[in-house]
Amino acid sequence: MLQNRHLTGWLMATPLSLVLLVFLVAPIIMIVVVSFWGATEWSIYPAFLFDNYEFLLTSEVTYRVFFNTFKYAVITWACTLLIGFTVAYYLAFHIRSLTWQIALFLLCTIPFLTSNIIRMISWIPFLGRNGIANSTLISMGVIDEPLDWLLFSDFSVILAFVHLYTLFMVVPIFNTMMRIDKSLIEAAADAGASGWQTLWHVIVPLTKPGIMIGTIFVVALVMGDFITVRFMSGSQSANVGRMIQNDIGLLQYPSASATAVVLLVTVLLLIGTLLRFVDIRKEL
Amino acid sequence: MSRNLDLELVSLTKRYGNTVAVDAISYHFGTGTYACLLGPSGCGKSSTLRMIAGHESVSEGSVLLGHRDISHRPPAKRGTAMMFQNYALFPHLSVADNVAFSLKMQGKDAAHRKTRAMEMLELVDMVALADRLPAQLSGGQQQRAALARALITQPDVLLLDEPLSALDPFLRIRMRAELKKLQRELGITFIHVTHGQDEALALADEIVVMNNARIEQAGQTRQVFDAPKTAFVARFLGSHNVVAMPEGAIAIRSDALELKAPEAAKLPGTITNIEYQGTHVALTAVIPGDQEVTALLSDKDFFGNPRELGEAIGLDWEAGAAHALAG
Repeated sequence: MLQNRHLTGWLMATPLSLVLLVFLVAPIIMIVVVSFWGATEWSIYPAFLFDNYEFLLTSEVTYRVFFNTFKYAVITWACTLLIGFTVAYYLAFHIRSLTWQIALFLLCTIPFLTSNIIRMISWIPFLGRNGIANSTLISMGVIDEPLDWLLFSDFSVILAFVHLYTLFMVVPIFNTMMRIDKSLIEAAADAGASGWQTLWHVIVPLTKPGIMIGTIFVVALVMGDFITVRFMSGSQSANVGRMIQNDIGLLQYPSASATAVVLLVTVLLLIGTLLRFVDIRKEL
Repeated sequence: MSRNLDLELVSLTKRYGNTVAVDAISYHFGTGTYACLLGPSGCGKSSTLRMIAGHESVSEGSVLLGHRDISHRPPAKRGTAMMFQNYALFPHLSVADNVAFSLKMQGKDAAHRKTRAMEMLELVDMVALADRLPAQLSGGQQQRAALARALITQPDVLLLDEPLSALDPFLRIRMRAELKKLQRELGITFIHVTHGQDEALALADEIVVMNNARIEQAGQTRQVFDAPKTAFVARFLGSHNVVAMPEGAIAIRSDALELKAPEAAKLPGTITNIEYQGTHVALTAVIPGDQEVTALLSDKDFFGNPRELGEAIGLDWEAGAAHALAG
């Protein structure tokens, strides 16, 4: 009987374990293995070399690119947090009826009915030299010459990131906020807290797990991105994803794998550090 | 010396759209009274309390505290403090920080907050648990922490929204004794919302029975219990029989009924149920008009002269025991 129960447990866990094993664990192991392989201009060969890592970690370009990636991640995180928190706060605490909350929440997701690439590319005619933004500003008399930094710049990259990923911040924060007992807000008012004090001393601390989950989403997405950076910077800026993509384009798989491993470790360390500060277990 | 801190409701009204939750109620709570707002759910008692607290806007009428109109002041500027039904302790703060929360909002320094919080925790006997988080406390301990938090602002009136409903029956009786003791020590007005009549009778100096957004009857607890004015009040307070008599409905306490021979009594009846309750025996009888009445006899009276199911009896009472009911 006991034997049987154990067997059932294993059987039930098997499908998911297999999927994760084949599609997550095996590829990662593969990448780690290949990252130690050797490469020439025209071939790659199995080996156990540290050349790829040595080259990666001694190259000044690596540090510049990693710095750039962090810069995108931090700025995007700050913007999505600010916007996401505000939107979630408005939905959770200022919209009284559940029907409206759901309706407005669904409204937030409408842009996500189209693909990432289309949403990204639609910025290009808007931000371009003769785009809508520049022509509007000129006709309003705010500027005389078109602004060059609107498109194919760090600005446009971050703008696209914020546009693409803010919802990933809104959803977990909104979810956490909806679980805050409304009588806590009244209790704060009863204790003489102003609106800002209630926000800072009650709502923000209680929303931390949601903020943390959103942070993990956004940071992981931005750190691993390559396509947004490519389109929105007009291939003028690079992040780690672009570096890997370049290597792959040159068939330098060992080097690409080494970069991927370093990126993976960096992101895992980052998330590990974040999780030390906030306990997100009760959110799951 | 003693300031006038009477709390007065002047045709206080609350409307939600077209529904009237509280319909122009007026009442005067004397300084230092323990008052219970009693009624079934949806009768408007909680809305009334929340209007006094300032968590619900007043549609019409006013709330006066010591002759000052506080109807439109923010909650913390009224001289009232509220203890919430589920206690509403901040889950991320320790007990001491919860209690000191209002002082922190006022910008008091940490040392002062600590001293005052400890004083309050001393009052409710919770000093040992000052560093715990609310989730690590039992229901009774959470309630004490919530009490300490409400009292730290030194309110003139403490408002309690069903404070005992989350506790198990045993703890409920203990905590209600503590509430009463605390109120006597502090000498401030307590206004306590409940739907439990036993709780109200045990605690209140005055009770306000509400039904359908209005005050059905209010006054000294004993006066209300001894002389209910309407069938609703008699039924809600319990221990009363409402009997339709030819001259109109009357209320008689079940322990005021005496058993006699059918021809020598005011009402004839047939026994349909006998329930032994330890110190008492509750005897249910059907009387003309297919009405049920319950007579509560002491065990001595009943077993001195035991009755059988289906036996014909007469129910009698002293002239002063019956109260004519309105409505």
